[in-house]
Amino acid sequence: MEKRAYLYTGDGILLEGKGFGSSKIASGELVFSTAMNGYPESLTDPSYFGQILVLTNPLIGNYGVPNEISSHGILQNFESEKIMVAGLVISDLNDAPKWNKRLSLDAWLKENGIPGIYGIDTRALTLLIRNKGAINGGILQSRNASKQRSEDYEKNNIVKAVSTAKPIIYKNKAGNGKTAAVIDLGLKHGLLSEIFSKGYSICRLPYDSKADEVLSYKPSCIIYSNGPGNPNVITKTISTFTELSETGIPMLGICLGHQVAVLANGGSMQKMKFGHRAINKPVIDLVSKRAYITTHNHGYAAYLNEIPKGFKPWFISPDDGVLEGMVSNDGNVMTVQFHPEAKPGTHDTSFIFDIFFKKVGKHARR
Amino acid sequence: MQGDKKPRKVLVLGSGPIKIAEAAEFDYSGSQALKVLREEGIKSILINPNVATFQTSYASADRIYLLPVNAETAERVIASEKPDAILMGFGGQTALSCGIELYESGVLEKHGVKVLGTQVKGIKSALSREEFRRLMIKSEIPVPPSASAKTEKEALDAAKKIGYPVMMRVSFNLGGRGSAVARNRTELEKELKRAFANSVINEVLVEKYLSGWKEIEYEVMRDAYGNAAVTACIENLDPMGVHTGESVAISPSQTLDNYEFQAMRTMAIRVAESIDLVGECNVQFAIDKRSYKFYVIETNPRMSRSSALASKATGYPLAYVSAKLALGYALYEVKNLISKATTSFFEPSLDYVIVKMPRWDLKKFDGVSNALGTEMKSIGEVMAIGRNFTEAFQKAVRMLDIDASGISNGIYKSRMRHDEIISALSGHKPYWFLYAMKAIKEGMKTEEISKHSGVDIFYISKLKELVECASAQSQRHKKLSPREKHNMKRLGFTDYELGCNTSFPVIKQIDTLAGEFPARANYLYTTYDGTSDDLKPKSSIPNGLLVMGAGVFRIGVSVEFDWSAMAIASFAKKYFDRVAMINYNPETVSTDWDNFKELYFEELNEETVSKLYKMGKFSSVATFAGGQIGNSLSRTLESKGVKLLGTSGASVDIAEDREKFSMLAERLAVRQPEWIAAKTMPEMRKFANEVGFPVMVRPSYVLGGTSMFIANDWDELKDYINGAALLSKSHPAVISKFIKGIEAEMDCASDGSNVIGITMQHIEETGVHSGDATILTPFNDASMPYGTMSEYALRFANELSIKGPFNIQFAVADGIPYIIELNLRASRSMPFSSKSVGINLIEHAVDGIFSKYKKSGFFEPKHASYMVKSPQFAWSQLRGSYPALGPDMRSTGESAAYGHTLEDALLKSWLGVQPNRVPSAGVLIYGESNTDSLKRSARLLEKIGISTYTIETHPVDGATRQLTLSGAMNSINMKKINAIFTDGAIKSSDYKLRRYAADMNLPLVLNGRLGFALSKAFKAKLSYGEMSEYICKGGNIRPSK
Repeated sequence: MEKRAYLYTGDGILLEGKGFGSSKIASGELVFSTAMNGYPESLTDPSYFGQILVLTNPLIGNYGVPNEISSHGILQNFESEKIMVAGLVISDLNDAPKWNKRLSLDAWLKENGIPGIYGIDTRALTLLIRNKGAINGGILQSRNASKQRSEDYEKNNIVKAVSTAKPIIYKNKAGNGKTAAVIDLGLKHGLLSEIFSKGYSICRLPYDSKADEVLSYKPSCIIYSNGPGNPNVITKTISTFTELSETGIPMLGICLGHQVAVLANGGSMQKMKFGHRAINKPVIDLVSKRAYITTHNHGYAAYLNEIPKGFKPWFISPDDGVLEGMVSNDGNVMTVQFHPEAKPGTHDTSFIFDIFFKKVGKHARR
Repeated sequence: MQGDKKPRKVLVLGSGPIKIAEAAEFDYSGSQALKVLREEGIKSILINPNVATFQTSYASADRIYLLPVNAETAERVIASEKPDAILMGFGGQTALSCGIELYESGVLEKHGVKVLGTQVKGIKSALSREEFRRLMIKSEIPVPPSASAKTEKEALDAAKKIGYPVMMRVSFNLGGRGSAVARNRTELEKELKRAFANSVINEVLVEKYLSGWKEIEYEVMRDAYGNAAVTACIENLDPMGVHTGESVAISPSQTLDNYEFQAMRTMAIRVAESIDLVGECNVQFAIDKRSYKFYVIETNPRMSRSSALASKATGYPLAYVSAKLALGYALYEVKNLISKATTSFFEPSLDYVIVKMPRWDLKKFDGVSNALGTEMKSIGEVMAIGRNFTEAFQKAVRMLDIDASGISNGIYKSRMRHDEIISALSGHKPYWFLYAMKAIKEGMKTEEISKHSGVDIFYISKLKELVECASAQSQRHKKLSPREKHNMKRLGFTDYELGCNTSFPVIKQIDTLAGEFPARANYLYTTYDGTSDDLKPKSSIPNGLLVMGAGVFRIGVSVEFDWSAMAIASFAKKYFDRVAMINYNPETVSTDWDNFKELYFEELNEETVSKLYKMGKFSSVATFAGGQIGNSLSRTLESKGVKLLGTSGASVDIAEDREKFSMLAERLAVRQPEWIAAKTMPEMRKFANEVGFPVMVRPSYVLGGTSMFIANDWDELKDYINGAALLSKSHPAVISKFIKGIEAEMDCASDGSNVIGITMQHIEETGVHSGDATILTPFNDASMPYGTMSEYALRFANELSIKGPFNIQFAVADGIPYIIELNLRASRSMPFSSKSVGINLIEHAVDGIFSKYKKSGFFEPKHASYMVKSPQFAWSQLRGSYPALGPDMRSTGESAAYGHTLEDALLKSWLGVQPNRVPSAGVLIYGESNTDSLKRSARLLEKIGISTYTIETHPVDGATRQLTLSGAMNSINMKKINAIFTDGAIKSSDYKLRRYAADMNLPLVLNGRLGFALSKAFKAKLSYGEMSEYICKGGNIRPSK
């Protein structure tokens, strides 16, 4: 019943564990998240696309995987339609009944064709990643399987793989009649949910949509979503951002969207040693001096001392000085590096959407 | 830091004696607050009569008042010390209630004392059930259907409207006192009187009983600027209806999904906002197991038992940060003390699980109900850390020290019937998991066990894995493969259970951030579910000491042993380059990682300690601080090659083994009661007939008088021996003549030939356990054979080469001392005796190990005043228990006070105990023993204007009014009788009366001699001085270097 599996950690280290989920092999950047809840949300978060996720919380799978809840085509308890991680590494695999459970974590990974490995000392692995920085690895099904290198995560445009290929419209019949354009860089349904709850219809657009295509939907606002990979390679997205910002339509950038905004305005994004992937991260609002606990999932960052021209810093991380949010001097462009839509994580910064849509409302009345 | 300037001098209120629901966790939280004040250069003043605490020493506070925590004494201290601010959230409900009273009566305002942290308005709206309910509804926070009531009729009407079953909760209470579940009107009627008696504001809340729902607790930190972080979530395994203090609990939560976790987290912060919290609060939720429905149940706007647990569970020091926030810091201005790189504004992420289990001692209480409910009865708790649930679970079970090693326990091996198992589970008997494992073994379905126990099926299925693993092993009868061995170790089985010695576990650090940032503190645990050590102990430091803490608190082992463990750890620094602590009690100061270079939050047993000794490359282990656990292990550890600090394990064994000890005493010509070691009944009978009854029987290696018994006749002796299954071939029972007389004891430190000792005397006669006695020092009995006693102490110290602390107890009759006990370890009374003369005996004990004292022979430091300590009992909390004193210890804690006269010290010490107060109207005096003392008490009381009553069945001369039993109960109800003085145990005739008085929260004086001493003290002139005013300055010895 137990089958052995192996975790290859790049530089020749092979750890033995037990396999679950699919018995394919997986390769990708090894990243760890310290979130203690919400593995169904994390595993379906497109920002993890192509990465092998290590969860530091040892017991995983405890409440299985729930029945999908969706409203107006927007998922409420998953962040996308399928598992996005390339593989999953945990310490202790669990399963138990819960009232809303559809299947076990093991079965869900099988259904999605994603391999997992358990019985790994995930703390030791986390310390390895912390000390060495981002490393590539693979889940193998036998000791002697070829340790193929993952495709170079840094150089390829992986946003393409997770963005919608065609525009999708979410009609808000009971809404305010206005439309929000969302540039899908690998968005989480939590974001759609937040926008929809403010009364907007949503047009979800491919990451490489041209400016006039975006404007053809007559959007009241334009939102750049989160997404995976290296922001420096999505050059088209960056140049479209510049074009759109000249229209004066209020824009919001979240996570990768924030990074696009930094790059579009002449800033630079650097690969972090091992990134921020957690739901317990502090940010400080430099304007109000208030501090909030937020969800993070990023491997690239801009720092406070390299704020792009025309922008003021909004949020910073008190732990390492990462620029966690900025606002353009005219107030039209707001960006946050963290996830106000949470999932998994806290809703302490959902006010970002209130502020943004208030601005959108004012702008429309002008 | 924004706003106001820092205060200059702050008053901190302590929580008084250890009692059910208020234990050492407040020594821990208070000590952390005092640490912050010292760091900030702010002068601290502490009021706390609990002499056994770490906080009541100058290492912690600047000015110390061993006085009762109440508004009257606090006002005196405020008037003389003139503090400019007060911290009332670090001493439990006792401190909070006192602080509120000081605020409401205008004392704080009058003296210009500012309340730091959460303001009284917010605290009150959290503590009054009705105000809280209204506030929650206003803030759109879901609360269960409920109504408050000021009268019994209102409560009954409310229950009718809400529908039975209902839960009744009491405002401003502690440990759920007075609360209950009522399934119908009759049950509710029965409970109401007691509920109102336990509410200071005469208010109860009738609430829909959420049967079978899960109970979840969140710990919220919030600063004065509105920044909030939820630092822990604790999931209770026991369902709603079982007090959280009685629940097995786990952190992080294991069965909550993201929606549930975050929805409740958001509400927890909203609750904190609604009371304008500054500091820390815990918020309790009930959540349905079949839907996303949940309710807020209550909040505690102060440091609590759960906040201490959360601090240990996460490594986030809630009390420390809370004190900083009270001084005006923003959360992100306070450093994360573990990472030293990040701030305190974050929510800890755990990469391990902790399991907390409560420990009960209900067997010591005659008549007490052992069904767990809404009132707390447990007196201790343990916390185990593991990388998986079963590992932590099995560790926790062993830590309870209840003769259960996970699966290997009496219930598992018993022939319990199916229906008995079900009734134990559904009746919420203590330690439900033992029954659940038995049920699994008997083939019961996990769903069924979950239904009966109310415990989530997730946990039951984990226990099933354990049982299956254990049965597979026991059926195989063959050697385990290395893989199987490793798997069983990973699941938490011991080497003993595996039947072989296994390799070492790995050492992991707790870093609050799941590995994301390096830890700068060594807060450590061990696990078999891992492959690499976070930390390799340095062999470059050859001189390392591992100090064993006291483990789980139970009756007989409490905060005093934490005091001694802390003292050793601190004084040993003089002789060791590296001092580490091993302990697992989350309530204590000794499990605060900030106090040591290394803290191992681990089991105290042979396997763990000896493995850690080797892995950690320690040069010796100190076993003598941690009460009976360390003492019992010393010989075994020594035989395994572990080097012990101080007295040898072989000597400890002689002192602990009754037979060996009695023979030694004989050889040293030390007088002792006549004794034999009996293996058979006829031997016992013959002996008892020779020496005459009463006789005393006791097994070896006991603390807190477990199974100690005084038999007055042959029938009692026979019943006891049979009942306790005491006779066995390997362990004969020692039976001795019971000496009637006064009891005296000496707390000592020795260098192997000389002794520093402090002599104490009990007010109660022999036969009352020393832990339950009122103890005074210096002794005031002129006939005390002091010379002989100190000579005896010297003889033992030399013969057994005692290097370290010891305690020696005597029964004194007709001026002749008979030795009754010798303990070669720190004793329960050592903080008391040490503080009575202003020294620390543990310091001298440690010095004695390494060098000879300057003074030769027996030396007693000079006393400058009297000091008395009084026991704290839990009669009111332990419903149904019969309040009486005897050879079996029953008190949970103690209060102490200094005095310029004996009466001064006695009365203040007695008043430090709840619910004691000087009777305002009358005292009921009756009894069959110590009648002369009772009679004299009655006369004295009448003289000072207190009316005296007695009852016709056990009348006492001198009491002016005679009542029937029911008349007496009626007078209690009418508040004409405010206290009871009685003696001995006369359960068959006065059970109802003593119970009624306990339920009505009346002071009970259960010994005639104590009653007489108190009668003399009630009108005494009291002094309210600071600790140093009662201690000789410079007159006492200093250790030789």
